[in-house]
Amino acid sequence: MEIPEELKFTEDHEWVLVEDDIVTVGITDFAQESLGDIVFVELPNVGAKVDAGKAFGVVESVKAVSDVYAPISGQVVEINEELPDAPEVINTSPYEDGWMVKIKVEDLADLDDLMDANAYQEFLENED
Amino acid sequence: MLKQTPLNSIHRALGAKLVEFGGWEMPVQYQGIIDEHLAVRRTAGLFDVSHMGEIAVDGPKALDYIQLLTINDAAALSDGQVQYTAMCYPDGGVVDDMTLYRFGPERFLFCVNASNIDKDFAWMLQILKESGLADVELRNLSPDYGQIALQGPSSAAILAGLTSENFKEIDYYHFKEGPVAGIPTIISRTGYTGEDGFELYVPTAKTADLWDALMQTGKKQGLVPAGLGCRDTLRLEKKYALYGHEISADISPLEGGLAWITKLQKPDFVGRKALVRQKENGVPRRLACLILEEPGVPRQGYPVFSQEHHIGEVTSGTMSPSLKKGIALALIKKDSAVIGDGVQIGIRDKKRVARIIKPPFYPPAT
Repeated sequence: MEIPEELKFTEDHEWVLVEDDIVTVGITDFAQESLGDIVFVELPNVGAKVDAGKAFGVVESVKAVSDVYAPISGQVVEINEELPDAPEVINTSPYEDGWMVKIKVEDLADLDDLMDANAYQEFLENED
Repeated sequence: MLKQTPLNSIHRALGAKLVEFGGWEMPVQYQGIIDEHLAVRRTAGLFDVSHMGEIAVDGPKALDYIQLLTINDAAALSDGQVQYTAMCYPDGGVVDDMTLYRFGPERFLFCVNASNIDKDFAWMLQILKESGLADVELRNLSPDYGQIALQGPSSAAILAGLTSENFKEIDYYHFKEGPVAGIPTIISRTGYTGEDGFELYVPTAKTADLWDALMQTGKKQGLVPAGLGCRDTLRLEKKYALYGHEISADISPLEGGLAWITKLQKPDFVGRKALVRQKENGVPRRLACLILEEPGVPRQGYPVFSQEHHIGEVTSGTMSPSLKKGIALALIKKDSAVIGDGVQIGIRDKKRVARIIKPPFYPPAT
């Protein structure tokens, strides 16, 4: 199970890459592994406002529908346009090509609520 | 506590993702549902279906009893033949769908859905009692049998290496008894995938040995372990009914796409009166095959619309691994839409365009 050091994580298994006030969001290796073959992705429109803890998108595997929750409040400034046509990229490259949205963060202090890689590792171990 | 099949430790060693299904702990996938699905369509897949139930019916009046119990015409069966059938409640709702094996004029075996074994056996006993028929013995043999399904175009070639039985002579929906890898087996040319293949009934204690023998022989021919996930997508592409989805206590066989096994002209059987009445009055709902023409995945319970009118619900849906499109079976009101019509499926807050097609989904019509 890959857990990159430079990322932050939520309890809903999203990852966050912070670059100034823009964060890139996707789902973790654990999440894609649990879902299985991902066959459909629904993303918000650019400009949409997202609220921390609320669903902003959907990923579907053959078997299941799963909401993707915003790790932080803000505005969507970019979406991964490749994903709707190639949702399986989330399985093969969850942390890079499988990124989902970029969000302009309202309040950077909100990022303090997220887990670092060590804390997420521990979270996963306790979840089983 | 979930029940385990005799292959549970094999699934774990293979790294399967195990889930609850009908009270059993079963593998939903090994490598991935799509890969396993495509392997069954192209080469072969090996399924643990040991959770399925086996109920024996024996005795001089066994056939009379089965004719009363089931909706298909069991009198049409000869020795060594299998029949797809179902049993209904008096109101026409379905108790379960099953396969029926005829070993001899007084010796039959039902294979029933895992989650319905106890319900089915109790129902069979009740109908037997009410029938007043003597000389019929019912035995729930489910714990005695493991079952492995070998499915896919390479199945016959794989099985050839393990048995001297000339199973090439076994026609579709027929069976033979004989050793496979030295293990006494009921070799049944049946399945739930729409591909050539075999369902192999073996003594519970020998199930793991048979799995290992098949896997070892079959690996070179592209055989892969296949989970319940692709079992569902494979059957869905063929419009095969799944109990609790297309048929249930609330859905009659005439509605759920099983009119072809509902022999209303047969002498009386449980549910016949209600089904005859339903047919005379016009079957209120029917099962339709829908292909989504936009991206998305239909799921059980999603509403179906025709020109803004709500006409029914999806009973099963998935992303078809063969077609790479969303597909669905849906129960829709009679006369609301016909093959070729455009309809919509409500997916979350949007209505997505779908088309009603002639079954099956796979292979696609050209």
